[in-house]
Order: sequence, then C-alpha cells, then structure tokens
Amino acid sequence: MNPGQFLVIFISSVFIYNVILSRFLGLCSFIAISKETKPALAMSLAVMFVTTMSSIITWMIYRFLLIPFNLTYLRTISFILVIATFVQLVEMAIRKVSPPMYRFFGIYLPLITVNCAVLGVTVLNADMFFLKDKAVPGSFYYSVFQGVCVGLGYTLAMLLMSGIRERLEFCNIPKAVKEFPLAFIIASIMSMAFMGFNGFSR
Amino acid sequence: MFSEFLKGIIRENPTFVLMLGLCPTLAVSVSVVNGIGMGIAATFVLLGSNIIIALLKNFIPDKVRIPCFIVVIATFVTIVELVMMAYSPALNRALGIYVPLIVVNCIVLGRAEAYAQKSRVIASFFDGLGMGAGFTLALILISAIREFFGAGTILGRQVINAFQPAFILGMPSGALLVIGLLLGFFNLLKNRQKT
Repeated sequence: MNPGQFLVIFISSVFIYNVILSRFLGLCSFIAISKETKPALAMSLAVMFVTTMSSIITWMIYRFLLIPFNLTYLRTISFILVIATFVQLVEMAIRKVSPPMYRFFGIYLPLITVNCAVLGVTVLNADMFFLKDKAVPGSFYYSVFQGVCVGLGYTLAMLLMSGIRERLEFCNIPKAVKEFPLAFIIASIMSMAFMGFNGFSR
Repeated sequence: MFSEFLKGIIRENPTFVLMLGLCPTLAVSVSVVNGIGMGIAATFVLLGSNIIIALLKNFIPDKVRIPCFIVVIATFVTIVELVMMAYSPALNRALGIYVPLIVVNCIVLGRAEAYAQKSRVIASFFDGLGMGAGFTLALILISAIREFFGAGTILGRQVINAFQPAFILGMPSGALLVIGLLLGFFNLLKNRQKT
C-alpha cells in the first residue's frame, strides 16, 4: 500500500475523471435534480453514502466469493443485486426520517439503483484494483477511498450545477434551449473547465 | 405491430424524447464504430429482457418486480459481455466499463417497467426492436457529428481535410455540447411545427 496512491485516487476521481463531467455516470439524476441546491445536496449525500457502502460490500463479494469460486463472470449480476438491496434500505431510511424529502425525490430515489455512478464505481474498483483476479496490496482501502471520492466528485458537480441553474431562473433564455438543452450546454462548459486538471496526475 | 416498432424511432425516441440512457450515449459516441457497437449490444439486451419479462409478467410479484427485472437484464448483459470479449476484444476494450453498465441503462429498465410487464410477447418484441433502433440511430447521429467535426473521419476513414478538426468534440465536453445543441435544435423544430 502506497500513501501517495490515495492522493492520486482523490485527484483523478474528483477532478480529472469526474464521474459526471468526464465519465458521464449518473448523468440522468444530475440533469433532473440539479435545479435547486437543497435537493441536489441531499441527492449527492445519498449517492456518496451508497457509493462508499457498495464499494465495501462489493469488494468483499468479489474477493471472498467470486474469485475463490472462479465466478468472476457473475460480477455484473451480483454487484447490481447487492446495490439494489442496499438502496432499498437507504430508501426506507429516508422515508422514515424525512417524508417531505421522500415526496420530493419521487421516482428518483429508487433510481439510485440504476444510477450508473454506483455500479460504475464498483466495476471500476474491480477493474483497477484486481490484477488477473488477484487483489493488489491495499486494494480494499483503495476501493473504499475511491468510493468516497467518486461520491465527492458527484457532490461537487451537483453543487456547481445547481448553483448555476438557480441563477439562471432569473435570466431570459431562448425558448428552444430552456431546461434540458441549456443544462447540457452548461455541463459542457463545466467539463471544459475540468479538463484543465488533466495534466495533474503525471 | 408496425406502429410499435416505428414509435421508438421518432415519436418516442429514447435519447431525444424520453431522455433515457444518456450516460452510454455520451460516453461511447467518440466514433461511429463504437456507437454502432453499443447500439447493437443495447438492442440485444432490450429485446431479450422485453421478451422474457413479457413471458414472466404473470409470475413476478408486483412488490419485488424491480429486482426481478434487474436480474433478467443483468443476465443478458453478461451474455453480451462474454460474447463481445470472445469475438471482438477491440470493441470490448473501446467500450470499457460501459458494457457492464448497460444493466443500468434506463432505457432497458424503463421499457420493462412501462411496457413489457403489461404487454403481450410479440408487441414487446417489436417495442424492444423499435426502441433499440431508435437508440442506435441516435447514437449514430451523435457519433457521426462528433467524429466528423472532431477528427475529420467517418468510420475511421478520412473524408475531409479542408479544416482543422476541433478536438474538443472528441472530448467529454464536446459530447455534452453536441447533445445540448441537438436537443435545442429538435425543440426549435417542434415549436415551429406548433405555430
């Protein structure tokens, strides 16, 4: 395990390969829920929690179940099932703790299950930190840390986007690009700005 | 039956009208070859899951239907993954993690939820085929624009060298820009038609 690796993971998954702006994972929820800051923040925190927890769970499943029994081809099925179960749990918790928030999210909460960011980070972990079906030293810590960082990257993009869109409420926008088209164009400009981090890693 | 097929292509185009499955659309549309590969893979998954879910609709309890759908979809995605790894490793490398991510492509789950679970098998088949075709055509459109202006090529062949290619279109931000402008353009057409 190499402490410098943590810094590399942090910078690359928050800035260089930002989940949303560079890898396009979780784009649907990003466009749909980023109209106001408060729900955007709540959604981001939920996603961060789920990416972290599912990184932990899927690492264990991959390391102790799939590899010993030579079942790595079941990766996709087993990961998505675990994530689906886990998200159900989070959904139940939010419904109990904050009914207004639950009402607001409507269909989006169950959709964290099919949020590509969550499955994406677990698949990336399995791809990056297991070489030829063997865990690289410290892979557990790297995986969990990458889960946290991807969640942070998601939060960063969500907060930036919702801040910009709140301002746009008061602008006179051409009818054709109102809402979604404009959101994509803003995201494009943000993504261009994030490209500036590109030379950072090596 | 034919209308089931046609609606997926224009009136309910999954990418431009329903706005589903955008992540893979944007990520793989760097070149037309990748776009077609992803389109065919997603169409296969969509067809398979639509048929199986339409067949099983009376056996799946309503409360646990989403996990059931996901298992069916993930099975087909695994088939696609293994076939692609065996016969087209280059495409598999180019599409990378976006192949397993077909599982969470909202189009597939969306069609299962909105259509296949209450329809007959044959209708679901055509629905899947139409949605898949619409998705593939949208991917081809976006990737052709990006490849043409971003690299000056189509399907890897040089077609024009009159201008300096705008590399930004090959980058992630170019994908977002192209889809934003396309959506705006389609909105403009729709507004024109109304007035």
